[in-house]
Amino acid sequence: MRVELVKLFGRRRTWVAIGLLNLLPTLVCVLLAWTRIAPRPGQGPAFLSAVIANGSLFAIAALAIVLPLFLPIAVAVVAGDAVAGEAQAGTLRYLLVRPVGRTRLLVAKLVAIVVFVLVGVVSVTVIGFVVGHFLLGDAPLSQAMVSISGSVLTPGQVAWRTVAAVLLVTFSMLGVAAMALFLSTTTDSPLSATLGALAFLIGSSLLLTIDAAQPLQPYLPTRYWLSFVDLYRDPILWSNVSRGIALQAVYLGVLLLAAWANFTTRDVTS
Amino acid sequence: MIRTEGLTKRFGSVTAVDDVGLDVSAGDIYGFLGANGSGKTTTVRCLLGLVLPTQGRIELLGRPMPKAGRDVLPKVGSLVEGPAAYGHLSGQANLVLLDASGRQPGGPLGGGRRDRSDRARRALEVVGLGDVGRRPVRAYSLGMRQRLGLAAAMLRQPELLVLDEPTNGLDPQGIREIRILLQQLHEAGTTIFLSSHLLAEVDQLCTRVGLLDRGRLVIQESLSTLRAPTGRTVVDTSDVALAKEVLGPAVEVVEGERLVIRSADPARVNARLVAAGVAVRELGPERRTLEQVIEERTSARRPGEVAR
Repeated sequence: MRVELVKLFGRRRTWVAIGLLNLLPTLVCVLLAWTRIAPRPGQGPAFLSAVIANGSLFAIAALAIVLPLFLPIAVAVVAGDAVAGEAQAGTLRYLLVRPVGRTRLLVAKLVAIVVFVLVGVVSVTVIGFVVGHFLLGDAPLSQAMVSISGSVLTPGQVAWRTVAAVLLVTFSMLGVAAMALFLSTTTDSPLSATLGALAFLIGSSLLLTIDAAQPLQPYLPTRYWLSFVDLYRDPILWSNVSRGIALQAVYLGVLLLAAWANFTTRDVTS
Repeated sequence: MIRTEGLTKRFGSVTAVDDVGLDVSAGDIYGFLGANGSGKTTTVRCLLGLVLPTQGRIELLGRPMPKAGRDVLPKVGSLVEGPAAYGHLSGQANLVLLDASGRQPGGPLGGGRRDRSDRARRALEVVGLGDVGRRPVRAYSLGMRQRLGLAAAMLRQPELLVLDEPTNGLDPQGIREIRILLQQLHEAGTTIFLSSHLLAEVDQLCTRVGLLDRGRLVIQESLSTLRAPTGRTVVDTSDVALAKEVLGPAVEVVEGERLVIRSADPARVNARLVAAGVAVRELGPERRTLEQVIEERTSARRPGEVAR
């Protein structure tokens, strides 16, 4: 397990992905600070309209910026590479005859992916906070933060809600990770695994925009992704958050089981 | 050390390995021969639990595979279809990572994490990569990668080495070095299972030979039995006519100045020829080369057919 973490974080690629992940929110922040033109409330990514007033909120806005596309791409690349990458490099067979149990290898890969997602999400939050704080400036303390519902949240409340948001975003990424990991066990090409997982996501996002697909929508993996915004309502609107968690848990369970069933019974011919 | 019964592997409608019964005992250097596509690598993968057989039983070090893999595989070193390593890491780092992966076997071979880098360095030195171990593997030549693969196989001083084409990509000097290395390991008590399509390699190194032809094991014998004298004597002489007269009906074949005589005793043939004043250039028992044996036992390939 430690080995998998060393492998993942010892690669320049991993850090480049995390760096790129932070580039877009930082760019947005610089532009906002320069022009002071915020989207009108209700338009553009969530929270972006509020950050002019309170730069520290940019941490949350940054999450909302990377969540729909950038974060899932990074996750799909890393998770798609997990098994298929080893297969393509030929190192999978040497790991398995080392021997590393197949279940154990899969679990180690999963842990490494979860750590990667967590590091990515936390870095976006922290860097978002830092650039927001310095470029956009803080609101006077008396104003603190106004929740989406209009009431005032204390800094303490914002802090724990942000921690909850980080965990929720990380968890909602695990559905993508499980999909990419499952596809990664079915092929020797990391690229196909990554693209397959992304196709799954894009399909899901597309169906969300089509009214005719309404009966399907509650079951689509991306349906509740932005529900972390609800954590900043007062009182917190739990219904979508908990539905999102339950839905992700089902995807995660089914796909991981499929990945395990496939990987442990498969011929390794790479 | 290795025993299979009725080992069969089908991929869809293709039978890659068909009813193979291998038998490798401790102390052997077993040469596993076969043309490209005859099923050698699939058999090796089955032995190591990478490919799950369709039918048949496999025993490695007396334990069933792939069930007992976690107990058996730590005592087996292997090189399967070419070496593989992480290109961005050095050879040394690759070995350390591999060593750290998976469960550590107990006992004297186990070794902890403290002497992990020493172990890696020693393995690199043994295969002649001591000086370049710190360069990233990306910059290695094919031969160097092959050596790194061998180092990985020998990392834990295994009881059994399963090597698939270990000298692939090595220059003649390198092949010789590896041969000497394998002989040393064998003398130290390691059993070696060597799959190859290079007859010379097997001829020089192995004590027993198995031959795979289109997935079937057609020969499994000790090399000395295969190359035992055929009961005939070969004579090379400039006095062909005189020799034929002296030996009479015992002469079976005449090819230019080479005669094949039906007699298992070269010394007596020699005595008779010399007594009659025949000038003999060379004389000895007829032995078949490994190549001849293999040609006899394998079915001819159709032109253009490489693998099924």
